[in-house]
Amino acid sequence: MDKQATRDAYGQALVELGHMYEDIIVMDADLSKSTKTADFAKVFPGRFFNAGIAEQNLMGMAAGLSTCGKVVFASTFAIFATGRAYEIVRNSLAYGKLNVKVCATHAGLTVGEDGGSHQSVEDIALMRSVPNMKVVVPADGVSTRQALFKIYEQEGPFYLRLGRPAVPVIYDQSLELEIGRGIELKNGPDATLIACGLMVAPCLEAARLLEEQGIKVSVIDMHTIKPLDVDLVVRKARETGAILTAEEHSIIGGLGSAVCEAVCQAFPVPVCRLGINDVFGQSGTPDQLLQHYGLNIENIVKNVNKIMEMKRL
Amino acid sequence: MREINEQIISSVAQQATIIRRHILTMLGEAGSGHPGGSLSAADILACLYFWGLNIDPSQPAWPDRDRFVLSKGHAAPVLYATLAEKGYFPRELLNTLRKLGSPLQGHPDRLKLPGVEASTGSLGQGISWAVGMALAGKVDKKDYRVYALLGDGELEEGIVWEALMAGAQYNLDNLLAFVDYNGLQIDGPITEVMSPEPIPDKWRAFGWEVLEINGHQVREIMEAMNQAEQVKGKPTVIIAHTIKGKGCSFMEGRAEWHGTAPKPEQVAQALCELNS
Repeated sequence: MDKQATRDAYGQALVELGHMYEDIIVMDADLSKSTKTADFAKVFPGRFFNAGIAEQNLMGMAAGLSTCGKVVFASTFAIFATGRAYEIVRNSLAYGKLNVKVCATHAGLTVGEDGGSHQSVEDIALMRSVPNMKVVVPADGVSTRQALFKIYEQEGPFYLRLGRPAVPVIYDQSLELEIGRGIELKNGPDATLIACGLMVAPCLEAARLLEEQGIKVSVIDMHTIKPLDVDLVVRKARETGAILTAEEHSIIGGLGSAVCEAVCQAFPVPVCRLGINDVFGQSGTPDQLLQHYGLNIENIVKNVNKIMEMKRL
Repeated sequence: MREINEQIISSVAQQATIIRRHILTMLGEAGSGHPGGSLSAADILACLYFWGLNIDPSQPAWPDRDRFVLSKGHAAPVLYATLAEKGYFPRELLNTLRKLGSPLQGHPDRLKLPGVEASTGSLGQGISWAVGMALAGKVDKKDYRVYALLGDGELEEGIVWEALMAGAQYNLDNLLAFVDYNGLQIDGPITEVMSPEPIPDKWRAFGWEVLEINGHQVREIMEAMNQAEQVKGKPTVIIAHTIKGKGCSFMEGRAEWHGTAPKPEQVAQALCELNS
């Protein structure tokens, strides 16, 4: 299977967008080689601005630029975009309903060796709870590119969560991603796996293994966490009676929480939230970390069996 | 360069008095809000809106307009009073300040009121917006200028210095900042709470052209603005020495009037003083 980091797809798609639209400005905070905005900077030096190591001003300047008709893509690591600059994102970008796209890379554990200080495990929760802010977490390079195009077209602030490591390419170019519409990758009656970002691929693999055990599950790529595709979640709750969510994020406030909020009001079913259990990360390779924190195929399979049990109670 | 003469000075000074009257009346009506820092900035806003800014109240979104960002957003009353006098919205709205459903929010909200360029109130963010607006002007090769007004206490926010670095880095000579240097913040004198001094030296060290004036002398404000327009290759700051609560005897120079509204009898007394 081909692999591509979502940040690489982001960098390439930005250049494509830059050729198509004059009003795009890209900004970074001294991490352009890592976030891949350097690709854009090279082609469009007059439309790229480095804020230096100053994430608050990165967001504030983006705010000002956007009021003058620019569509600003502001990038840095997720920990700084949503943590260091949180209140600027909240009060300048979201409260002002500005056309700024916060495109953060190096989200979650798979930052890897840099360790817990740099691994954002709460960024989705932070961004999801801010009014006006929409949150998108693409699963692969193809969907990242499409998401970026859609985000450009939709007026208003967005949080696009991207990753550092190369991840399997799930989609081909025939994909037609729509913001706010989950993608049903697999249809099965026994349980529903709802994942975002790099957890979509292992869920697909887990579904294959479960099928060998005679368990047929549905798999949803919930690339948009806000606005959540509530209709799809509730329909799958009705059809399958059990849900497992998987995300490279704390189990508090992320995709799992969003899914629970949706089903508990409309059609309560058991939900198992796979994620990071309210702890910080640590140094290690991305693969080691995903294993260590239970974000792997075996753990998905194990927990699907568990929720199947709960369903029978 | 805009013309300065005695007639213009006198008419702008009159506007400042009208603005001060609105500030006191609307804060009395609201029962809460920030009089001290609104009154200290009245002369600067009068100069901007009734002399300096290239704006058209009938077209608040005109792309080539000059932009003014009230970075010290808690001084919203001075902005609202000025915008109403300039004709952005009816004066009657001033009495709805801080009331449920009013477009005159406790701090300026660009989505609710025409003429408000930036949603501010969380200190330090406005100057950062202003840097972005000035940068956009450079990208688009437009002639508009961007103005921002900061409080001196606001300079304690870290983002301000990030923004100042960026203003100098990108040679934003289309950007002019004012510091409303009244020396007081909520908890007391700025030098006792957390001194941002020496203020002119710091701005200079951050790559800005620095001018210092009396922020209540209309002529000085106008001359400094004209002088700032001649500065090329870097942004300019006008450090305006002001008196918190200016124009209202019992408020002048008193930190306790930072965020307390006057009672009806105090409003009446203050309006009398402004008439005399």
